[in-house]
Amino acid sequence: MAPMAEVVLKDVVKTFVLQVGGQAQLVNALKGVSFSVRPGEIVALTGPSGCGKTTALRIIMGLESASAGEVRVAGKHVQGCGHDRGMVFQHAELLPWRTALGNVKFGLEMKGLRGKELTERAESYLELVGLKESMGRRPHQLSGGMKQRVGIARALAIDPAVLLMDEPFGALDAQTREVLQAELLSIHAKTGKTIIFVTHDLDEAVLLADRVVLMTKGEVQDIIDINLPRPRPRGDVVAVRAHDEFVQKRYLIWKALHAGAISSVLH
Amino acid sequence: MTDKALPAEKAADVVVPRAKFRLANGYITALSLIVVGTVWELAGPGMNPLFGSYPSAIWKAGVRMAETGELMKAIISSLQPFAAGYLLAMIVGIPLGLLIGRYRTVEAALGIYITAGYAMPLVALVPLFMLWFGLGFTVKMAIIFTLSIFPICINTWEGVRAVPKTQIEVGTSFVASPLAILWKIVLPATLPYIVAGLKLAIGKAVIAMVVAEFFTAISGLGGIIINTANQFDTAAMFVPVIILMVMAVGLTSLVGWLERRIAPWQTEISGREAA
Repeated sequence: MAPMAEVVLKDVVKTFVLQVGGQAQLVNALKGVSFSVRPGEIVALTGPSGCGKTTALRIIMGLESASAGEVRVAGKHVQGCGHDRGMVFQHAELLPWRTALGNVKFGLEMKGLRGKELTERAESYLELVGLKESMGRRPHQLSGGMKQRVGIARALAIDPAVLLMDEPFGALDAQTREVLQAELLSIHAKTGKTIIFVTHDLDEAVLLADRVVLMTKGEVQDIIDINLPRPRPRGDVVAVRAHDEFVQKRYLIWKALHAGAISSVLH
Repeated sequence: MTDKALPAEKAADVVVPRAKFRLANGYITALSLIVVGTVWELAGPGMNPLFGSYPSAIWKAGVRMAETGELMKAIISSLQPFAAGYLLAMIVGIPLGLLIGRYRTVEAALGIYITAGYAMPLVALVPLFMLWFGLGFTVKMAIIFTLSIFPICINTWEGVRAVPKTQIEVGTSFVASPLAILWKIVLPATLPYIVAGLKLAIGKAVIAMVVAEFFTAISGLGGIIINTANQFDTAAMFVPVIILMVMAVGLTSLVGWLERRIAPWQTEISGREAA
């Protein structure tokens, strides 16, 4: 198993050039973002839309490059994608021509696995997300929740040191989301992976994360520790919601996020 | 783990109505053919046989030509350059379309020729082709190749451009090489477009075949059309015309069948059987 890794962002800047009506506009998506994630930790990136949380995640993944500053994963300077990071996409992004098993195999094939080892490894990760029986189905024969499970299995199968997730449960219905949140916690308990996920759902951030990185307008506004016990109750994440710490931290983040919006309405 | 494991019977349910639907469509097509054929058969004999013909007369002419062996010889002589030209267009057109769609530089360098070539008035170039390739098999193959490569290439190119960026990013995030992205993501994602191009190219190739047989050494099915038309034997002229149309329909459904074999997910997703 790959060692758990530390992720460090130091003064990460990202500027885009946007073509607006024939005019080039400079957009500062990230204006010097710094935070670090400890090995084995779950960190949520949250904030209003356009705050740069997804851009930060994509830079950690290596799908985009930072305009300035640096990202280190396990001490190694990030340049492009690598097998030390596994990505779970917002809408799973399974390849429609491959079966559930074939999709999990994809990442492993790119890592150079072949033959029996490839199949066994893919099957064991489908089993981890509870989809062994459905391994022959193609994505259009899977529900939204099942697709995202396959997405998680595909990312975990390459045994990355860090799991990156871009609003992984955002497109799911409330019930399925709760089931998958609980499942992610149990996968974390089993694998101990470092997990960074983007979410716009405050409940989800507080529920799952050890720390929440709150971003606004391309900057880190605050980093909040969530001192909820681990392992958090599995299968019944609702119970966590009654916890004092959950209620307090959720309110704190809500207040921080809405402070700007509310004051601008009042004045 | 409670969420929706559909029972197997459920999936089987979905298949049955589709098969029925397909059968019903088959009946509608057959009925349509019978109606059109009957109307033609009834209206045809009233017409001067020089200006038109009708199914039973065409059938008789067809039987006569089949008996002499003339028809079979023509079909074989037409099919050889057809198959060679079409397959060559596939072998060159698909990889070319993939490259043009995938790489901006290749697109900038070659795209313009493909777009222009698609609209090229081929008939105007046939005399030149005859100078280059003579009058035999090669010139026919070249004409069929030239007319069918463009729809194949343009469709493949368009298909590559339509591949969702996120699917490419899946490849990139798992550190796929450019070749792996092309082979394992772009090609399968583009298959429906390629098949559409192959179907369009069948029609083009049939036209090219007849044009080639008209203008170069008169032979094959196109040759029969020219000779019978010159003898004002309209019923006999319709025989190769109908054979060509049947051939195009047959080849198109062959490509459709191939698509269902190679890319079953496509028809499953769209919920429509390919034509």
